[in-house]
Amino acid sequence: MINPFVLGLAFTLALASGSAAAQKKYDPGATDTEIRIGQTMPYSGPASIYGEVGKTQAAYFKMVNEQGGINGRQIKFLSLDDGYSPPKTVEGVRKLVEQEQVLLLYGMFGTATNTAVHRYVNAKKVPHLLLLTGASKWNDPAKNPWSMSFFPDYPSEARVYAQNILETKPNAKIAVLYQNDDYGRDYLQGFKQGLGAKTKTMIVAEASYEVTDPMVDSQLVQLQASGADVLVSFSTAKAAIQTLRKVHGSGWKPTHYMAQGAALIGAVFNPAGPEKAVGVISTAYAKDPNDKQWETDAAYLDWLAFMKKYRPEGDLRLGSNVYAYSSARLMVDILRACGDNLTRANVLKQAASIKAVQLPMFLPGVVVSSGPQDYRLIRSLQPVTFDGKRWNKLGDFVTVF
Amino acid sequence: MNAFVSQLLAGLATGGIYASLALALVVIYRSTHHVNFAQGEMAMFATFITALLIEAGWPYWAAFFATLVIAFAMGAVIEALLIRRLRTAPVLSIVVVFVALLVILHSLAGWLFGYAIRPFPSPFAETSWYGGSLLSPHQVGAIAVTFLMLALVYVFFRFSPLGLCMRATAENPVSSRLVGVRVNRMLALGWGLAGAIGAVAGMMIAPVVFLDVHMMSGVLLYAFAAAVLGGIGSAPGAVAGGFIVGVLENMLGTYVVGPELKLSVALVLIIGVLVVRPDGLFGKAVVVRV
Amino acid sequence: MSAHGHSNALIPERAARRLGPVSMRRRGFIAAGLLVACVLPFMLPSYMLFQLTMVMAYALALLGLNLLTGFNGQISLGHGAFFALGAYAAAMLIELAGWPYWATLPAAALLGGVVGYLFGRPALKLDGVYLALATFALGVVTPQLLKYKGLEPWTGGSQGIVLDKPDAPFGLPLNADQWLYFFGLAVVLLMFLVAHNLLRGAIGQSLIAVRDHPIAAEAMGIDKARVKSITFGISALYTSVGGALSAVAVQFVAPDSFTVFLSISLLVGAVVGGLSSLSGALYGAVFIQFVPAFAEQVSKAAPWAVYGAILLVLMLVWPTGVAGGVARLQSWITSRSTS
Repeated sequence: MINPFVLGLAFTLALASGSAAAQKKYDPGATDTEIRIGQTMPYSGPASIYGEVGKTQAAYFKMVNEQGGINGRQIKFLSLDDGYSPPKTVEGVRKLVEQEQVLLLYGMFGTATNTAVHRYVNAKKVPHLLLLTGASKWNDPAKNPWSMSFFPDYPSEARVYAQNILETKPNAKIAVLYQNDDYGRDYLQGFKQGLGAKTKTMIVAEASYEVTDPMVDSQLVQLQASGADVLVSFSTAKAAIQTLRKVHGSGWKPTHYMAQGAALIGAVFNPAGPEKAVGVISTAYAKDPNDKQWETDAAYLDWLAFMKKYRPEGDLRLGSNVYAYSSARLMVDILRACGDNLTRANVLKQAASIKAVQLPMFLPGVVVSSGPQDYRLIRSLQPVTFDGKRWNKLGDFVTVF
Repeated sequence: MNAFVSQLLAGLATGGIYASLALALVVIYRSTHHVNFAQGEMAMFATFITALLIEAGWPYWAAFFATLVIAFAMGAVIEALLIRRLRTAPVLSIVVVFVALLVILHSLAGWLFGYAIRPFPSPFAETSWYGGSLLSPHQVGAIAVTFLMLALVYVFFRFSPLGLCMRATAENPVSSRLVGVRVNRMLALGWGLAGAIGAVAGMMIAPVVFLDVHMMSGVLLYAFAAAVLGGIGSAPGAVAGGFIVGVLENMLGTYVVGPELKLSVALVLIIGVLVVRPDGLFGKAVVVRV
Repeated sequence: MSAHGHSNALIPERAARRLGPVSMRRRGFIAAGLLVACVLPFMLPSYMLFQLTMVMAYALALLGLNLLTGFNGQISLGHGAFFALGAYAAAMLIELAGWPYWATLPAAALLGGVVGYLFGRPALKLDGVYLALATFALGVVTPQLLKYKGLEPWTGGSQGIVLDKPDAPFGLPLNADQWLYFFGLAVVLLMFLVAHNLLRGAIGQSLIAVRDHPIAAEAMGIDKARVKSITFGISALYTSVGGALSAVAVQFVAPDSFTVFLSISLLVGAVVGGLSSLSGALYGAVFIQFVPAFAEQVSKAAPWAVYGAILLVLMLVWPTGVAGGVARLQSWITSRSTS
């Protein structure tokens, strides 16, 4: 006969270890005291301006650490430079996963760089989350379940512009300026899809430029000569500034649609001269930090305080800093929701089941949500137009598909 | 027809940018027989210094001339401390030193000045008095400044005794020293001059292109091509080369092959010219004693 | 380049002496090195093996560049173009034509050799600064050409081509990284051996003769033009093979991987390692692969400034490169031991 005491002890032990096992589960990168997050970013090279995103994300994590961490665990954020060179991204990611043993990869920038590692991270089952790239390939839960981006994808945004033109100016003649890389080309493709059958008749001129080109004047002269009355520019900040300046100076007055990445008051419109940007149409999902309408907004003031305290050398004009702040906040929320179950699978599960979160620096009404079949986190965009001082709504929110 | 003229003028405007940096390259070449790959970054760095001075409240022209002095000093110091030590080193080692300079200046600029894009003021009027909107007054003014610098450089090298000393130093330092030319001083002077010219180039370019760390990265190849096309030792050649490259690139991009291939085709053409005329369009054939 | 105080040659002629038959001591060193290299894969973590495989790819590329600049006195600021050529050739053959990865290396070699020779023929008329421009231009336009819309169905455009990593054949108990390391090692050994013999033979001697005394060489009957273009071809061949190996290791090619900065890095690596020396290629490859990461650890704020500073110091102290410094160290040791 089994000693009841032994039985009781065995039973208690089993219960204790069983519940302990149910309480804390860790994959490499997570312990009782620490969560390791890895990232590569272009801190050098032609895309170095996006390095600012990484720095702000690091500052946000520092703030969270000072406020007690995530469920008592400190974040160890390892961000390596890849110079926007895919072989270096591969090297960095392999080092982070294999040597530094990070729990997940977060917020990496660029389509080519992320493409270089996505097969590897999906094979190794490492969460590859909140990527800073709008390419449409990242919403693929069937084939690449571990990769998820945090950007409304470029083709969807372009389709919003196409839709708007079809509705308001069905007989327009359109000229397109686009950056000659996956950013610009993805936009152009989406735009053409949005115009559908009328693409050939409506687009009268297309011109591309390289991100290393010093000027885009020649392309703009060519576009103006086509007689178009609508200009769509899928460019980044520098070319956008030059475009605004040149178009204004040349006397051409097209209706100007601008990709969201370049439609920033502080970083683009002010350097060019805000009066040159009057009437520009774009889409927005976040608050422009230089838009005076948010001056007394509580969320804006929080963000400003954060920047002043944790990123004093950060440039307050850059939209990147708003984006980075929001993305880092979301990452912290996801990890918090994991509780003590810090396995990679659970991190992914939490990331794929976000329920209607209103991030403070996002426009009221733009909620972030995800599902296991649909990884697109930001699904609505607000068309906006600039009046020389602030962004005004141009119609209602558009749900992107 | 109007579009064609616009493209031509746009090409001249871009060409002016290439011409001014090419001029700095040629000055260094004439005084030291090296092509300074870091010239663009030196110009960018100097322009940032001007921007900071202006932001601190200095009036434009005060900042302009202060920067010229600083850029001159920077160039001379780099020569004295670095390049001089490598006088007897293999040519490629010197090229690598230029690359190192380029990388250091670029990285320092990013660290000190940040990566955001800034506007840069122009000393020329905002609106044109000649009525046309094809070229902004600044672009016209910048081209004029380029020609002014060209004239100064040409006169300096051709007619002034100091210029003669510098050319002698580059051609034959040993003999020059024997006739009493202070070789070290001449080399430092050459670098200082090039630094100052580069700074002016940067300050003329920045209002159009906007100032950021990458401002000159795309220009270097064109300036190099312009200098070589015109004849690497010829200052008027460099300026002519700059305008030719600018217009050629624009015309090819608009009318012939489209913007994606224009660079490749332009370079093929330039190299084709060099194969036919190996000393460049205006260069003098150098005869070397065996 | 014109006469002005220092040597016409791109490297000091002294270095050419080192190309004699390999001494016993040297053979010993090489054997020891090989032994270490074979043991490493079982001691190091996988991602380090990946880094070492990249070193091998760069070593091949630098060997090619060395042959051109060090041994033949021409300059190239655009060798990244041949690296890209080999990488894309490998990627396209694997992805579009289903070739096995090991067959792509000879294909890349052939392609590189032919394209290099064709580029070399007109380019040989240019010298010094003009050749520098032509090759620099090649390096700058490479990413643009790779992105060109017309070639997109084959090159994958800006998105590039993703490859799978090959597994060890014949069921060998090696993981993919270990296998690729050994494969790369075998390729490197073979190519270095070929280069060594090449340089000691007739072609090698003509290469060096054309570099050092072009007029005398022509007077002796060497066809300068032919030698120069052949050298370009061989140089491009080696760099192409390096590119192909790198494509298989990284499992990805995209235009962004082959910018002009790659060409500049290759030149920097070749010079730092030591031109006109086969071991220089190895030292240079180690420099290119590891120094940037090291610089990042020294300074997060301006890592490339640290890299540049290291470069400056190296050039000031050892203008003939690490191989030159090592050679001097060796002769200093031998002089010490015999005195």
